[in-house]
Amino acid sequence: MTTTHETTPMKHRDAVGIVRTTLAKIGRYVFIGFVIVFFALPVLWLVTAPFDQAPALRLSVPEFTLQNFQVLIDNPYALRSMWNSVIIAVGTMAIVLVLAALAAYALSRVRVPGRDILLYSLLLLSSIVTGTAAMVPIFVLITELQLIDTYLAVVLVMAGGLLPAAIFILKDFMDNTPKSYEESARVYGASPLQILRHVVVPIARPGLATIAVWGVVQVWGNFLIPFILLRSPEQFPGAVVMFTFYTEGGQPNLALISAFSLLFSIPVVLLYLFVSRRYGFRFYGGIKS
Amino acid sequence: MAEITTHQLVKEFPGGVRAVDGLDLTIADGEFFALLGPSGCGKTTLLRTIAGLEAATKGRLTIGDRDVTELPPGKRDVAMVFQDYALFPHMSVADNISYPLKIQRVPKSSRHATAAETADGLALHGLIDRRPGQLSGGQQQRVALARAVASNPTVFLFDEPLSNLDARLRLEARTFLKRLQRDLGVTTVFVTHDQAEALALADRIAIMKEGRIQQIGSPREVFARPANTFVASFVGSTPMNLHTATVSGEHVKVAGSSVPIPPSARSRVSDGDEVIWGARPEYLRWSTEPVEDSIEGSATIVENLGAAALVTVDAGGTLIQLVVDEDDEPEMGARGWVVPRIDRTLLFDGASGELILDDTPTSP
Amino acid sequence: MTRTSPTDQEPDEQPVVETAPKRRRLDEDAAGLGRTRASAFVAPALVLIGIFLVFPALWTLYLGVTNWQLTGLAAAEPEFVGLDNYIDALTNDRFLDSVFRTLVFVLGSALIGQMVLGFTIAWLMRTAGKTLRGIVETLVLMGWILPASVIAWLWLVLLDRREGTLNSLLGTGETAWLLEYPMQSIIAFNIFNGTAFAMLLFSSALASIPPSQLETARMSGAGTWATLRDVVFPNIRGHILTVMLLVTLWTFNVFTPFLLTQGGPGQETEIFPVLIYRMALETGQLGRGAAFSLIMIVINLAIALIYLRVLRERRQK
Repeated sequence: MTTTHETTPMKHRDAVGIVRTTLAKIGRYVFIGFVIVFFALPVLWLVTAPFDQAPALRLSVPEFTLQNFQVLIDNPYALRSMWNSVIIAVGTMAIVLVLAALAAYALSRVRVPGRDILLYSLLLLSSIVTGTAAMVPIFVLITELQLIDTYLAVVLVMAGGLLPAAIFILKDFMDNTPKSYEESARVYGASPLQILRHVVVPIARPGLATIAVWGVVQVWGNFLIPFILLRSPEQFPGAVVMFTFYTEGGQPNLALISAFSLLFSIPVVLLYLFVSRRYGFRFYGGIKS
Repeated sequence: MAEITTHQLVKEFPGGVRAVDGLDLTIADGEFFALLGPSGCGKTTLLRTIAGLEAATKGRLTIGDRDVTELPPGKRDVAMVFQDYALFPHMSVADNISYPLKIQRVPKSSRHATAAETADGLALHGLIDRRPGQLSGGQQQRVALARAVASNPTVFLFDEPLSNLDARLRLEARTFLKRLQRDLGVTTVFVTHDQAEALALADRIAIMKEGRIQQIGSPREVFARPANTFVASFVGSTPMNLHTATVSGEHVKVAGSSVPIPPSARSRVSDGDEVIWGARPEYLRWSTEPVEDSIEGSATIVENLGAAALVTVDAGGTLIQLVVDEDDEPEMGARGWVVPRIDRTLLFDGASGELILDDTPTSP
Repeated sequence: MTRTSPTDQEPDEQPVVETAPKRRRLDEDAAGLGRTRASAFVAPALVLIGIFLVFPALWTLYLGVTNWQLTGLAAAEPEFVGLDNYIDALTNDRFLDSVFRTLVFVLGSALIGQMVLGFTIAWLMRTAGKTLRGIVETLVLMGWILPASVIAWLWLVLLDRREGTLNSLLGTGETAWLLEYPMQSIIAFNIFNGTAFAMLLFSSALASIPPSQLETARMSGAGTWATLRDVVFPNIRGHILTVMLLVTLWTFNVFTPFLLTQGGPGQETEIFPVLIYRMALETGQLGRGAAFSLIMIVINLAIALIYLRVLRERRQK
């Protein structure tokens, strides 16, 4: 057989190839290992320390206790700030949801002159006039309106910033919903408001839920706006209180901080799970600014 | 009753596109009326204008004895079945069917009774509590029909009601639809781009092109006497053979041969006229023996149609198609003679494409 | 027209054209909303956006040419100072240093860090098993979705001088990372915080490459680099540009490093947003801060316009 003769050099080449692919494989797993460590290491503390009897900065296997959460409940600011976060997040979300839904629906269904230009310039505006870039004029504006240190100020400023993107996403959603639903209701004599109530809102529910979740997540973690617009500690939302916990002088209270950071993170993680289960997290990725 | 008339109806879209261009049309009470044409011909716009979903730019529209030109859709007493059915996904079949009654403030119990009754009549028994997403395409289509029926309108408007069904189901649904319309006797306008559907269903058909009606007539009329070459090539499952020809005495010269002038056009043409000779493939016969007044050629392509075959004959460079019975199928490349049924052939004006007809045409 | 009284309007007798003005009542949109109602629907949102987004942006034009202060005399009666704030800025070392630091920060954390890491993860995860993929993607996402003040704290814990996990893991004794390598630290922190977006966008971009093209490359014996160069990058060029510009824009506007270092030590992590905060709200020089805000908005606008241009070019193809 001539085959043995021919395969010998092939085998050599194969061996080189095998070595090379093995090396590539090893490199690949080393890299993935590094990625896992880089992203997991900081988060590990978040899930262990809150349950540790003597929480320290060092990572350790916790001696299980729920004592730290008792410390949290006893702290005058901790739970209160969480509640403040809820008020601010839900308030902002409600305004964004209602105003964006109305605007998006009208813009999707009615031919308003200059509609597309309006939408794109709004989107452009919201991406260039960020909280960071506009913090000075916003601060001065709120001062002049004498709204400093009010929830209303935080809610309105955040809503103003989130609205353009919310309108854009919801309009896209409505554009992809066939008009025949509404037309059909209309042929049977439903009034515009009946159409909204019976047909549009139920059909747009997934889109509305998305915007609601998105709005809450955006506001929940936002630090800058409440940080510059609020003064009194009892008004602070969780994001700001968390910051004061570890920047204000003295030895940080690790029991309090660990329990608080976990509790404060849980809502966004739950919302993330909710969205990712319903729509896949790729979707979530598309909408978190 | 519910006769629909349009008077000089115009629908112009922003940008100046005239989707409906000065239309005068009367649809009789109880008639099953088809609007047929290629996409973009304005048929759907016309239907939507009748429904009130588009506002007419000019002209008037009456349904029954009411002028509805300016009435909103809900006040026109019409029901519409959309191409995508537009069933509300968040409502059960019963709620969907009874939605028009809900708007009319019929009490819940009585409207659900109506829904159940209507659903039974449309072979939707036992599906009343399901959501549209749980139904097959055919069932969804019947729910949409049921919703239209339940609203008890004076006019049904159907926008391509069968196009979302697969081929086999479509035949079944077609028969169903025709029987339903017969039973209810409600004036029905439906839009389709499928000529076979229009021929099969309609009492009368309006063939449209670029916002204008090309011809209105019974299926038989538009099939046998198309008003122009557009209608001739659009209607029929195999397109009509249309070839330029010259009148010469009692004959026309077409594809290198000579065939008699159709009796219907005889008195309207004179020697030397440039015309278009038209013959449906179904009205041509294949002969292996020489026949007088026929077109000689060779069979180049044979396409099997089941019980028949579509044969393409090359007659000196002109391609003529004819449908032959399965028993008469020629061999590929065989020479033979295409024999027309003279009384079924037509002549069209060479320049305008209009049908040349003997007796002054009383618009069919 | 010889219409005598408006009451005798028999529709049949009316000339066709005359009815046209009345047509407006029949609204053509799907729900019969009509333009009036539609405008009423859009108006509230526009008012809110107008007051809290458009107006502040425009107001910087005015504020930036005043000596507006948080407290003191200039707080009550701000004076017009012309372009002084801008001239000060451009001749001020603190401003110029901050611009340079921002550049390093954006380049390091956004362009190199987030984009390269995000792409590599997306590329490797394409062929990885479901479990591994789930773990890696969830971890990367955690860095993104957790509240910034929590993440900042976790990094303080990680980088702590005495008890920090990093020092004990690397055996680097008592290295004070935030003091000795402040810029590197906030870059690493921002990579941790922002890689998820690049990863998500790149993995959906990779998924959009027709498998047949990748298979053709494999059939012709192309290695990883050749495949990336000849098939992958040409296919996702648009996505790369999108990610690049968005990530640049966001990183330029990111305030979270403040949570970690408050701009310190000294001014070593004083990136542009932090500079504005310290200048305007800590030292109270609102006028000058507004001038800086305007500069920032203009830079944002430039990045956004490039982005829109790229988008348009992509759509035209």
